[in-house]
Amino acid sequence: MAFQILLNFFIAITWVLITASFTPSTFVIGYIIGLLLLVLTRRFYNERLYFGQLWSCLKLTLIFFKELILSNISVAMLVLKPKLELQPMIFAMPTVLEEDWQITLLASLITLTPGTIVIHVSDDQRTLYVHAIDVDDVEEAINSIKQTFEKAILEVSRT
Amino acid sequence: MTLIANIIIALFILVGVFFTVVTVVGVLRLPDVYTRAHAASKSATLGVLGILIGVFLHFWWIKGHFSIQLLLGSVFLFITSPVGGHLMSRAAYMSGVKPTELTVGDDLQEAIGEQKSREED
Repeated sequence: MAFQILLNFFIAITWVLITASFTPSTFVIGYIIGLLLLVLTRRFYNERLYFGQLWSCLKLTLIFFKELILSNISVAMLVLKPKLELQPMIFAMPTVLEEDWQITLLASLITLTPGTIVIHVSDDQRTLYVHAIDVDDVEEAINSIKQTFEKAILEVSRT
Repeated sequence: MTLIANIIIALFILVGVFFTVVTVVGVLRLPDVYTRAHAASKSATLGVLGILIGVFLHFWWIKGHFSIQLLLGSVFLFITSPVGGHLMSRAAYMSGVKPTELTVGDDLQEAIGEQKSREED
């Protein structure tokens, strides 16, 4: 990904030098030409095109904001209800993620989303121990986390 | 135009203040460390974020000053606040703070018990 971005910058700078007009708009045009060239030559790279990766980052961010707002509304309902109806539970959640940064990201996302906080990551990094504030169905909570965040993180790191 | 801008700014700040109040009520009402960590780490993040965005928009639209520090502040808040919530509840768990009576299940206790018995062998 970093290589492709650098290459794109290099093409843009070459375009600026070729046209000999040193303005930001020339650089933008050169960058767009670089994008087209990258698309044309995509079969020579081992990774997928970097704007695909950027797009999945953006999707992850949007999912995250949606879940953040939903989680806050659910916490607010829980806290402001006259009668406290809690059923906290600490459950183990297996994860397929392997890299350190993926697990850190997943843990942060889980902590900021509906009714769950990561308490402990097991030593072999295969299991996250999650505290849920109100669990009706643990399986359902695990599945929803897997469906949204784990899938999105895997999508970002797919090469 | 200024009216619409002011309404949007006021909305952001009101939402921020509302969630900050929810945080306070949650910390007071909820029964144990872990459930309080929920209220503190989630609602406080969104509350402060709402206020920061409101202030940012006010300075941008009304005063004509684009303050990048406020945006950076909200990004830093997003990175650090879940880690803070995680570390506090983990430290509480590891030093043996019991979860509330209401808790239905505790997988972590079993896992730690297993690890201890393995280390003793």
